[in-house]
Amino acid sequence: MGKLKLIAEGIIKNNPTFVLILGMCPTLGTTTSAINGMGMGLATLFVLVLSNITISAIAKLIPEQVRIPSYIVVIAAFVTIVQLLLQAFLPSLYETLGLFIPLIVVNCIVLGRAEAYANKNSVIDSAFDGLGVGLGFTIALTILGFVRELLGSGSIFGWKFIDGDGILAFVLAPGAFIVLAYLIVLFRKVTAKKA
Amino acid sequence: MAKESSFKNMVITLSVICLVCSALLGVVYSVTKAPIEAAELAKINNAIKAVVPECDNNPSEEMIEVEGSVVYPAKVNGNIVGYAIKVKVSGFGGPIQMMVGFKADGTIYNTSVISHSETPGLGAKITGEIPTRTQIVGKNPASSNLTVTKDGGEIDAITASTITSRAFLKGVDAAYKVFVELQKQQQPWEN
Repeated sequence: MGKLKLIAEGIIKNNPTFVLILGMCPTLGTTTSAINGMGMGLATLFVLVLSNITISAIAKLIPEQVRIPSYIVVIAAFVTIVQLLLQAFLPSLYETLGLFIPLIVVNCIVLGRAEAYANKNSVIDSAFDGLGVGLGFTIALTILGFVRELLGSGSIFGWKFIDGDGILAFVLAPGAFIVLAYLIVLFRKVTAKKA
Repeated sequence: MAKESSFKNMVITLSVICLVCSALLGVVYSVTKAPIEAAELAKINNAIKAVVPECDNNPSEEMIEVEGSVVYPAKVNGNIVGYAIKVKVSGFGGPIQMMVGFKADGTIYNTSVISHSETPGLGAKITGEIPTRTQIVGKNPASSNLTVTKDGGEIDAITASTITSRAFLKGVDAAYKVFVELQKQQQPWEN
């Protein structure tokens, strides 16, 4: 399969947020602004690519019955690395994402790709699969954060263009559900026409 | 595909994976330890700088502990010009860590919220330039009633965030108590 097609599949056909509806906890929790959504997406992308590469490389050496614990340990190691790096070099982003970074360990997208793709395919294909799905997740979270920030705070990527507040509900939890639902409908309508 | 599982190879595989991962984490931890500490120190220093008058010492190096709270004295030529007192109170969505700055005479110089988990757009306004924060500047908690108007005080709460505003003022009050205690310790002859 072409590498570009692998990436495109992760973004469109297998989009984790809009099609598979996976990883909802960080999706709804961190997307209060476009930057936060993008930061969370990129952190997950990083973990996803590295864990896919590692797991596809060692999959043949791992006995069937302990494969899930092994994958989780590998994923947890990468997540902790991301956490330490963010804390050291991007402390402000680390503060806003806070608890959601360690929670990448239990993000079903990461384990899902390890189990469904990486342990059956070559290292390079797995890397591109991780990149595609990670980009799909990042794009989805950025759009979601962008819409919520636009309506809720009246700003774009932190640049405020109105005085005062926006529609506060969109920054709070209910807004996350409302915007996500409309985006899923929109995404499916657009992709259904193409197919 | 994956190998057949036997007791031996399962134990060996998991041990090796854990060992390699811990080693990797150890390396990353030692590399990032210094920058993480520096980032945290910078945060504290910025908060101190924001809440005390201009000073020529390094308050974070002269920190003292009073009643379980951390106090950073600000000095000019060795004379105390103010104190930054770090306190923690529970807000609406979780703990609020804040720094309250007093001048040497006990009037509030400024405040700074270090970390909080208040509702975005409502309680989270506590970090901005809002009446709740600006109204207490220059006041002395000994002679002013620093509670929200709803509780009979003289400070305006943030609209729709009374609990956050109350928590904030409680933090100021707690810091003032530490300040009073500090004065007692330093001038025992006056009591």
